Amino acid sequence: MSALLEVDGLTVTLPVAGLQQPVLRDISFTLGQGEALGLVGESGSGKSMTARAIGRLLPPGAQCEGRISFDGDSVLELDGAGLRTYRTHGVAMIFQDPRASINPVRRVGDFLTEALVTNEGVKQDDANTRAAELLDAVGIDDPRRRMRQYPHQLSGGMLQRVMIAAALLINPRLILADEPTTALDVTTQAEVMAILDTLRRERGVSMLFITHDLELAAAVCDRTAVMYAGLLMEEQRSLKLDSDPLHPYTAALVQARPDISVTHERLLAIPGRPLSAFEAPPGCAFGPRCPHAEPACAQAVPPLLDVDTGRSRCRRLPELRGTMGAKSAGAGNG
Amino acid sequence: MSLGRFLLGRLIALVVTLLLASLAVYGALYLAPGTPLSFLTRGRTVTPEELAAIKAQYHLDEGFLSQYGHWVAGVLHGDFGTSILGKAPVLSLLGGRAFNTFMLVAFASIIILIIGLTVGITAGLKRGWVDRSLMVGATGAMAVPAFVAAIVLVLIFAVNLHWFPVFGAGDSLGDRLYHLVLPGIALALASVAYVARLTRAAVRTEADSDHVQTAVSRGLPRGAVISRHVLRNAMIPIVTVAGLTIGSLIAGAVVIEQVFQLNGLGSYLVQAVGQKDFPVVQAIVLILVAVFIVLNTVVDVLYAVLDPRISAGRQSA
Repeated sequence: MSALLEVDGLTVTLPVAGLQQPVLRDISFTLGQGEALGLVGESGSGKSMTARAIGRLLPPGAQCEGRISFDGDSVLELDGAGLRTYRTHGVAMIFQDPRASINPVRRVGDFLTEALVTNEGVKQDDANTRAAELLDAVGIDDPRRRMRQYPHQLSGGMLQRVMIAAALLINPRLILADEPTTALDVTTQAEVMAILDTLRRERGVSMLFITHDLELAAAVCDRTAVMYAGLLMEEQRSLKLDSDPLHPYTAALVQARPDISVTHERLLAIPGRPLSAFEAPPGCAFGPRCPHAEPACAQAVPPLLDVDTGRSRCRRLPELRGTMGAKSAGAGNG
Repeated sequence: MSLGRFLLGRLIALVVTLLLASLAVYGALYLAPGTPLSFLTRGRTVTPEELAAIKAQYHLDEGFLSQYGHWVAGVLHGDFGTSILGKAPVLSLLGGRAFNTFMLVAFASIIILIIGLTVGITAGLKRGWVDRSLMVGATGAMAVPAFVAAIVLVLIFAVNLHWFPVFGAGDSLGDRLYHLVLPGIALALASVAYVARLTRAAVRTEADSDHVQTAVSRGLPRGAVISRHVLRNAMIPIVTVAGLTIGSLIAGAVVIEQVFQLNGLGSYLVQAVGQKDFPVVQAIVLILVAVFIVLNTVVDVLYAVLDPRISAGRQSA
């Protein structure tokens, strides 16, 4: 089976102070039809930039190398009509802050139906009916009334449901969800995430799910990839991240997560601060913060190697495997 | 709650502001040194009959509020009193002049809206050298005071090239418009640049906003993104700035009318102040203030129409 989305050797540079600086380095992954892949990382790790590159929403001046292929089309080479078709039927994006991402001066109904009516020539009445059905599906009561209201009259959680409905309304094949619940409060987060997950599965839509929440990614995604400083550090089945991390960075992230059944004297944090891609040292980007680093790690960026259950960018993985797991913890801080 | 209630509120505010403004305009009579009577007759030899007429016109025998009441009542009936100098009803002296000023301001406003918005929107949407050169031009134009622009325009286009008349208002409608070209441009120049710069900033802000990115990500045609999302939202600050700028033209018209000897309210105001013809000064100031306040209210109302967040109550659920 060929994948719906294939990213191969994607490198993106952005102009910073007159120089093209890397923000993504050699990103490669595939996503099958109906599959969900989590992309996890700290701020600045490049996870949102990856989604933007796939949605062709990179800021002006960005330069891309490598290949993004969607259903056989080369996404980076699409232009004009091809790009519009890709956005009309191929991908739909869900952004982090629904209040900023929905035009505040137009009615909710206009927002929902705009793409259908403008791009596909669906009659306004039919579009309204379909939008109301979907609003109902995402759990919004009295959809017709909501559609007559303006975004400021809806809560953040409701607006994000509206965003999800708008994304599903075009029957996309891939949803790029860029931290869709980060701006919501915790109880709303769970609801909205559950709705997105259910509807996506029902319709067989693929999803690239960007988040900084390892646990959330594991909960809704088949596979999870971990990013650091513009690099993919590891990728494997979500269920195994906890028990069998394939990279010291993932292990450190898992350990930094507080366990609610234990009272901690102090939360375990990863020493140092996250680096952006262009600050990264010549060797392994995580090296300076890694408890297992040795001089050889600083020589060159380790390649992303296939292992039995996934892929890893740690050159010491064969020695470390099995010692980094979640509760074999403490060990990491030696 | 509704737009209707918002409009009612704005209307009440408008009336209150107008009343306060009229009180200030009338009260100026008492702020001047000496008694009102000596102020009204200053520098003139007046016969006892004229003195009596002035006293009667201003009801100087009565209290201040009562005087003010008489005056306001008169104004509401279209009676601004009698010019001390012209010995004619003020209203009849103002009519033609008000029309001249209106034409000048309207002409300048059209220039500001058409050129200012075009330049601003173009610069906002076309990044790079188009944007940079338009904005350098606008910054330069903004720094030129109206009277300098007037003199330079007259020198080049009237004196040297003979394309336009040096001064005067013209007779027929076409001739009037022809006479208004140079004054209109001189009056509009700095405001065109100002509106263009603000329009550019508003368009740029919206073009870079998250909701426009959403619209792009949905595959909408560029034209739809620009008209429905960029310009539609940028209109909100633009209307405010353009409205207030046009209001300020009323003051700028005073200088331009002097330079081009257009017989309008502005030049008449300067003349009436010089001759201490208080009823005329009072009437013109009140009219200018009223126009400005009404324009402000129109801007407020437009603002509410354009931005549902202003008028609609927050009935979020």
